[in-house]
Amino acid sequence: MSGHIELSGVHKSFGPKHVLDGVNLSVPKGHSLVVIGGSGTGKSVMLKCILGLIQPDSGSIKIGGEEVSRLKGKDRDRLMTRFGMLFQGGALFDSIPVWENVAFGLIQGPLKMARARAREIAMMKLGQVGLGAAIGELKPAELSGGMQKRVALARAIAADPEIIFFDEPTTGLDPIMADVINNLIVDCVKRLGATTISITHDMASARKIADDIAMIYKGRILWQGEAKKIDKSGNAHVEQFIHGRAEGPIQMEVLKP
Amino acid sequence: MNFVAHLGRTVLALFAEVGRSSLFLKEALVQGMTPHFYWRQIFTQMMRIGYFSLPVVGLTAFFTGGVLALQIYIGSSRFNAENLVSSIVALGITRELGPVLAGLMVAGRVAAAIAAELGTMRVTEQIDALSTLSTNPYKYLVGPRLLAGVITLPLLVVIADTIGIMGGYIVGTKSLGFNGAAYIKNTVDFLEIGDVTSGLIKAAVFGFIIALMGCYHGFHSKGGAQGVGRATTNAVVSASILILAANYAMTSLLFGK
Repeated sequence: MSGHIELSGVHKSFGPKHVLDGVNLSVPKGHSLVVIGGSGTGKSVMLKCILGLIQPDSGSIKIGGEEVSRLKGKDRDRLMTRFGMLFQGGALFDSIPVWENVAFGLIQGPLKMARARAREIAMMKLGQVGLGAAIGELKPAELSGGMQKRVALARAIAADPEIIFFDEPTTGLDPIMADVINNLIVDCVKRLGATTISITHDMASARKIADDIAMIYKGRILWQGEAKKIDKSGNAHVEQFIHGRAEGPIQMEVLKP
Repeated sequence: MNFVAHLGRTVLALFAEVGRSSLFLKEALVQGMTPHFYWRQIFTQMMRIGYFSLPVVGLTAFFTGGVLALQIYIGSSRFNAENLVSSIVALGITRELGPVLAGLMVAGRVAAAIAAELGTMRVTEQIDALSTLSTNPYKYLVGPRLLAGVITLPLLVVIADTIGIMGGYIVGTKSLGFNGAAYIKNTVDFLEIGDVTSGLIKAAVFGFIIALMGCYHGFHSKGGAQGVGRATTNAVVSASILILAANYAMTSLLFGK
């Protein structure tokens, strides 16, 4: 069976550095895949290739059976209406109020929704992530980190996308707020029935939101399987990562004192 | 050997820069200068680039007109041609110093501000976020700034010309002892429409250069606060040099006769 999102043989290099070295990945419709892996292993680059923010050197990326890796201009804009993306730092537009951030894609994108109508939807989405209407009038800089993350989540789900990406959704949050975000992600995804890919190195978060887990290492998918089988992966790299050990097959390039 | 390697790297970097900026220019023109237009953004940018530059451009023009009158008086009095002062002041301001000095002052103010704003948006992933919200960043960010630059710079220069000539008039009548009516008559009689329009055409080109350099360096900034700082500096320096070079080229090719 072919997946909703299909990557095969995706390569990307920056100069002499091979960041993606033949990534193969398949996510069935409605599934939640969590990609784990250390810093600099190509997780973010992979998401950006699917989103078209970075052009892969070779390989195929299919969404619902349609090849999208070479889409440009208006076709790309139209494809993007099916996507939602939660950026690591939130990436909220700091010059406009919170509600307009959430409504941005509805107003400016191909939907061209009237501002008043978009505002209603934005307020409803803010409600879904547990933020009141008063928050909508503030500027993003006036919010705490956890609130910004929730606004960013509301923006990602504003257009009811069928595919949502989460880039390190819990990084930089305290453990309780991290769990609140995890719950919201699970809720929102269930409500929309969306297919999701999340990248994280927070195992607590991965266990909570994943149906499937894939481990990326040196630009390749090393292991992929159901989330509940992660503890019995039988893969030394995965074992080392999920238990957070410095010793193992993955060697960090750290000079010993 | 080291020298050759260094030379090679520099030349390659230069070509890469030229290629990158040409691609940026193409994308900026194709996406930014074609419908649909973000009117709200264009208006905001016209206020920022044009209206808020009025004080600095006005002061520059006033003092330049004044000092021109003083210097030309010294020069022309050596061969008893003092009655030329008013017409040479008007010619110098409208053809050369109005557009060039306004361009350079606005470059310092606006190219820096644009580069810093877009650079910060780049490093905080706000530009990527625009794409994921089905909004082309060239259309939404670059286009309005380019249009605002091309439209407002000539308007600024009309005002700069007026204030500059007035500066010359005040110095001429108050401290050099010219008769006010004769000064104005000399200005109007010798000034041709081409003197003014050539300056305005230059101004439109300078406005384009300023916005383009601000956007280009902002878009390609990387590496956090330091990178944004470097982008800001590069934007001002490259805009200023391009203005001076374009000014010479336009004067010698188009308005030289």
